[in-house]
Amino acid sequence: MLGLNRKDASLLIIVAILVALAPVLLNPFPEQSGLAQFNAGYPDLMQRFVIFGIFAIGFNILFGLTGYLSFGHAAFLGAGSYAGVWMLKLLTINVIPAIIISTAVAGIFALIIGFISLRRSGIYFSILTLAFAQMSFALAASVLTPITGGETGLQTALDDPRILDGANATGNIPAPSIFGLQMGDSIQLSLGGWLWTFNVGYYLAALVMLSAFYLAIRIFRSPFGIMLRAIKSNQQRLNYTGLNTKPYMLACFVISGMYAGLAGGLMVSMDPLAGAERMQWTASGEVVLMTILGGVGTLIGPVLGAGLIKYFENIFSKINDNLLHKWFAFMPDGAEDFIVSIIYPFVGKGWHLTLGLIFMAVIIFLPGGLVELGQKVAYIFKKKNPTPTSTPNTKPAE
Amino acid sequence: MGILEVQNVGKRFGGLQALQDVNLSVKENTIHAIIGPNGAGKSTLLNCLVGKLFPDSGTVQFDGNSVLGRSPYEINQMGISRVFQTPEIFGDLSVMENMMIPIFAKRDGSFSLDALSDFMKHKDIVEGAEKILEEMNMSNKQGMQASSMSRGDKRRLEIGMCLSQEPRLLLLDEPTAGMARADTNNTIDLLKQIGNERDITIAIIEHDMHVVFSLADRITVLAQGTPLVEDVPDKIKGHPKVKEAYLGETAH
Repeated sequence: MLGLNRKDASLLIIVAILVALAPVLLNPFPEQSGLAQFNAGYPDLMQRFVIFGIFAIGFNILFGLTGYLSFGHAAFLGAGSYAGVWMLKLLTINVIPAIIISTAVAGIFALIIGFISLRRSGIYFSILTLAFAQMSFALAASVLTPITGGETGLQTALDDPRILDGANATGNIPAPSIFGLQMGDSIQLSLGGWLWTFNVGYYLAALVMLSAFYLAIRIFRSPFGIMLRAIKSNQQRLNYTGLNTKPYMLACFVISGMYAGLAGGLMVSMDPLAGAERMQWTASGEVVLMTILGGVGTLIGPVLGAGLIKYFENIFSKINDNLLHKWFAFMPDGAEDFIVSIIYPFVGKGWHLTLGLIFMAVIIFLPGGLVELGQKVAYIFKKKNPTPTSTPNTKPAE
Repeated sequence: MGILEVQNVGKRFGGLQALQDVNLSVKENTIHAIIGPNGAGKSTLLNCLVGKLFPDSGTVQFDGNSVLGRSPYEINQMGISRVFQTPEIFGDLSVMENMMIPIFAKRDGSFSLDALSDFMKHKDIVEGAEKILEEMNMSNKQGMQASSMSRGDKRRLEIGMCLSQEPRLLLLDEPTAGMARADTNNTIDLLKQIGNERDITIAIIEHDMHVVFSLADRITVLAQGTPLVEDVPDKIKGHPKVKEAYLGETAH
């Protein structure tokens, strides 16, 4: 189907179904129940799941296939975001030009940074990309203020030219839309105690994510993709086999950067605001964590990793001490306080601590990430058939 | 004139004159061995032929074209394939993928942005790889991860990968180094078979006399960066200069 082999096609279909049903699947708890705060099925968060999924898929094309660890991928996310907002300001409030142009701008940006950074490999490559991203961040926050809005960020305004729409001087700032449907529009469905929200922006982002995922599968299985894996495995042999590794690496870097730009364009389509902090090194580090947590070099891993981290950031971080006291209220007072004081550093504002522990556990016990965990579980369930389903490259990258 | 012509090549590393006035002519469709004691400059010479090192002086011509200043991948595209001392293969990839990559390089050139077609659906390349694997007696290992094979198999795979590109000149750098006697003999037989059946020139750098004398049509003896003699194996065996070069080494 669609030029994919059977296994890849079924993976794509499963992902498509999960993504389509996400508003229901991510809201497993009734609205009034005490567990409702663990529901992740609200538009804002679901949009973030799929958008960061795209970012991580793109990062994995570079890191997973070639083993080149870029520590500056947030620069492309930021460049895409700025380009996107400018399109919303200058051209039209319709998000399609914004998404296309942010991808293209990030691609050009990646071409320049990649051309220079790829002169080195290993740790030096990582440091060069990191340096470029930090430079971009610093420039965006200061010197380039007329273009980037500096520290306050860049956003749409009422008096933007919007050549294609015709500027309007009165009323509200128009919200990003696609052919009249606003990104924030939702249909809410209430069934029993459950409340499900089907949001336009989410479904647009999800559709783009599925296309990006499909394209990634094609790249993984193509001669180009195999050459990238060969670069990771043995660059010397590849050179002596008559292949020039440089254009392969550069093309891969640009494709990966364009994925990041696409994610940036979608981000500002959902919320037309771009700030310099989007380019900061912590943002670059986040996508590395996502990819490693999910499974480096696997197809679905980066999406899972992105989901896990965003879930932690948005849901896990909301558990405060009041809530903990409520949960452990059944205990005698002293014990309750004791338990709460032990758990408290790991939740709420301390969610990074838990994430860090999970990250360490994954690196040590599951170098193949969540995908390896899934495979191990699947293996236990069908022990009669002792061949593990598939063995993606689970070797930790350099 | 030979297919490979090396003239007056010199290479210096700091205070060490690694190569000096090296002249070498490899005739087409022969097996030419380059021998010499440790430190004679054999590997340096080889590296000058494949673009890894740039000699300080002299010329290297392959089939009438200079190879100097070209990158390894360009030299490969000219028709020279190289086998390394320790097998250089794509350890993370399957044997089949290992075998298909060089055929892709031969067909599509040094770069091709074919990111959408399915790798395994290139019928001509799959068939080409299957044919070579059969020739190398490795058909049953297609799906194996290359790094999990024995050293002898890795060596066969590497030679197969080089042959799959139908090179005009095959360079081998001590192909039997560190091998057990049985594996060494297998490799000798394989190389003999390749030399007989194919339209190919083989240049081999070797330390092991047994290998050299069972394979080579001509032998060049290198000592201290300069060729001492070049002749057929029978003449080399008893040559006083050769004895001196090797005995001189053991007398250290």
